[in-house]
Amino acid sequence: MDVTKVLDAKGLACPMPIVRTKKAINELEPGQILEVHATDKGAKSDLTAWAKSGGHELLKDTEENEVFKFWIKKG
Amino acid sequence: MTVNVMTAGEVAKKVINKDALFILDVRNEDAFADWKIEGDNFDYFNIPYFELLDGVEGIMEKIPSDKEVLVVCAKEGSSVMVAEMLAEEGLTVSYLKGGMKSWSEHLEPVKVGDLKDGGELYQFVRIGKGCLSYMVISNGEAAIIDATRMTDVFLNFAESKGAKITNVLDTHLHADHISGGRSIAEKTNTTYWLPPKDAEEVTFDYATLEGGNVVTIGNTAIDIHALYSPGHTIGSTSFVVDEKFLLSGDILFIDSIGRPDLAGKAEDWVGDLRESLYTRYRELSGELVVLPAHFMIIDELNEDGSVAEKLGTLFVKNHGLNIDDEAEFRRLVTENLPPQPNAYQEIRETNMGKITPEEEKQREMEIGPNRCAVR
Repeated sequence: MDVTKVLDAKGLACPMPIVRTKKAINELEPGQILEVHATDKGAKSDLTAWAKSGGHELLKDTEENEVFKFWIKKG
Repeated sequence: MTVNVMTAGEVAKKVINKDALFILDVRNEDAFADWKIEGDNFDYFNIPYFELLDGVEGIMEKIPSDKEVLVVCAKEGSSVMVAEMLAEEGLTVSYLKGGMKSWSEHLEPVKVGDLKDGGELYQFVRIGKGCLSYMVISNGEAAIIDATRMTDVFLNFAESKGAKITNVLDTHLHADHISGGRSIAEKTNTTYWLPPKDAEEVTFDYATLEGGNVVTIGNTAIDIHALYSPGHTIGSTSFVVDEKFLLSGDILFIDSIGRPDLAGKAEDWVGDLRESLYTRYRELSGELVVLPAHFMIIDELNEDGSVAEKLGTLFVKNHGLNIDDEAEFRRLVTENLPPQPNAYQEIRETNMGKITPEEEKQREMEIGPNRCAVR
């Protein structure tokens, strides 16, 4: 996957992972991909819902060693 | 204008007093639909916090100016952010300290009755999740029944009453919340009683609680008589306390009955459930005050916040006790059951001692309503 930017939001509590993700995606062009790393347990449901409501596409997400990773394509 | 803090305890008082409150819930829509703070005179507006990152102007007209406003989220962080944004727009609002997690954990002790020779019976209402625990106090001794994970509340309460905890009991192996029974028994070096049929897989020592057992609290014998009443689980046991109160566990609730599917197959236990409710309970005095281990809806709370009703009244009013046709009863409790409680298998394994999740993980596992009943 051709990732344009990686955002490290590990250790941040809600709402910061989404606040940072929104800011990062604003700096991308439509079609570019943002990779987000987070440890907040609420991040998965929140990022999924946020991406949907913002017209972005959550391409993939993983969980490994308590780190959640998301790949979001800007809409 | 300003942002205030409201604690779960303050919200609980508003629920019990039927006060008005406007709740702006900024969690995801599915989380809100699944579980929220219930109150007779509460109004709600749900919009996820991430829809408000650019400002709250769009929702100002939804926020009433003549009601107290509480902003709620899962853990607190997002509600603080939204509350501050509303304050900048000129409103005075509060946020819920600790979010829905602290709401899930709040326990409200309510006295439900006097026992002979100066004894007392308290109900601990876990108002956010609908769990009910009990403490029997007599002559400087205390027994705790169906304790929740928040063990300090029980230990501190007993101490404030000058009572030494002598017995800890669970009516059954719980599937909706993590029991505090074993931990309290360990901390106070006392006996932890469990029905053996529910405890076949537990990894720790316990005393076997069986029908006919009598546990005496205090010198003046406030007896707890165990009554085997399977159906929700195969081991489910009820207690008659001081010949006045029937602690019904998850077999009988105020406006519903226990579901038989959380620890096995509904079809296997539906007969036990019917036998417990329609035969064994029928043999008891209708004057007994039923004290269940859960409530489902806020309407089940009495004026003082307690959850209690006479058995005789429930025989008339509780739909689940009034299904004459056995086949229809079987259908009710085996078909169209509500979703299971969150993480119920992991919760059962925790209560058996098979796994020991970290505290934060335990909190996550317990999120949501108890869902132990069928109506």
